[in-house]
Amino acid sequence: MNIDSINNGFVIDHITAGRGMRLFDLLNLDELDCSVALIKNVGSKKLGKKDIIKIDADIDINFDVIGYVNPGITVNIIKNGEIIEKKQIEMPKQLVNVIKCKNPRCITSVEQELDHIFRLTDEENKIYRCLYCETQAGK
Amino acid sequence: MRSLIDILDFSVEEIEELLTVANDIIDNPQKYGEICKGKKLATLFFEPSTRTRLSFEAAMYELGGNVIGFSEANSSSASKGESVADTAKTISCYADIIAMRHPKEGAPFVAAQNATIPVINAGDGGHNHPTQTLADLLTIYREKGGFNNLTVGFCGDLKFGRTVHSLINALSRYSGIRVVLISPEELKLPSYVKKDVLLKNGIPYTQTTSLEDAIPELDILYMTRVQRERFFNEEDYLRLKDSYVLEPKKLTNAKKDLSIMHPLPRVNEISVSIDSDPRACYFKQVLNGKYVRMALILKLLKEAGRI
Repeated sequence: MNIDSINNGFVIDHITAGRGMRLFDLLNLDELDCSVALIKNVGSKKLGKKDIIKIDADIDINFDVIGYVNPGITVNIIKNGEIIEKKQIEMPKQLVNVIKCKNPRCITSVEQELDHIFRLTDEENKIYRCLYCETQAGK
Repeated sequence: MRSLIDILDFSVEEIEELLTVANDIIDNPQKYGEICKGKKLATLFFEPSTRTRLSFEAAMYELGGNVIGFSEANSSSASKGESVADTAKTISCYADIIAMRHPKEGAPFVAAQNATIPVINAGDGGHNHPTQTLADLLTIYREKGGFNNLTVGFCGDLKFGRTVHSLINALSRYSGIRVVLISPEELKLPSYVKKDVLLKNGIPYTQTTSLEDAIPELDILYMTRVQRERFFNEEDYLRLKDSYVLEPKKLTNAKKDLSIMHPLPRVNEISVSIDSDPRACYFKQVLNGKYVRMALILKLLKEAGRI
């Protein structure tokens, strides 16, 4: 399968197979007008299988989302067809309006103007908790 | 602006300082009778809680201050759709300090972010209730002379019981604490509290479903109520509400200096015949709650430069 190389934009490579779609959703890539490719289950020497996302536009990308979904991966930043930076993405300490608190008793469930903020409370186990009610993300 | 939202907002030293002031208030109440003259406490109670609200109000009156506020959401601007942030900003113009009870978890934190006066969390849903924990700590301090080397049993609803989580958190900072968790399977202490608090701080703990088996080794027995309002399902509540009832015969093998505590209100989990036992401390907890709230109001008003 061939996907054209890009001139200006990003290549998010070595995404753990299966997480590409979640990343695509959380980065709101469906809202872009430019060329965007999500390639699933590409053969990889290192990972066996991987997902790749290519974005052919110099958009304002939220690296925290990438760090949350798949910490440790690399984003290649492309300018004029050349890789100008390989950005190593760490797990963010805080997430703002990336995920929503699902606790029906949380104040964010009734006050729509509040930012949904999660803090990394356990780096080893990748646990984020709501800043307001301390509910674990994904619970 | 310094507020109290979570018991861990205060260091061990600050809690020690609060308890020292509370003890001094108990010994020398006349010293404190006019210290907050001309100051106002706003009690913003978005859900009813007679005990906590009256404790705060009594505390402020005994410091010589005044109280304004409301006791349920229907009589506040929240019923018109006002946000917690706007309420906090508005009340900051009228009062010197806020005590807030809210059914939504994190609401007092939002208030503290927006107020220009100190905010005390007087309970937010099933999340935090730090002044109850301060009342518990003052009671343990007065009954046992300190916090080290105690075996503390928690009995009843350990899953939804926020007072239990808060007190375990607070006690985990002292040495030689042992914890015994007594609950039905369905109401066991959440695994994240065990992992993040007990295991992380190296606190030894055991779990059991039998109150009788656990009672002989305890220095403190902290009973809790199975709370109807924390259940989505009435059937589950009815099935579990009578899991543990403390009656005199269950104290047969208990230590002579056991302290029996309960955050109150009780339903039937402690028989009234226990009330006359010298080991019953739950009404002392209520009184201690008022004194420690007085100490807390003083600390926060001083830090805010208002007294």
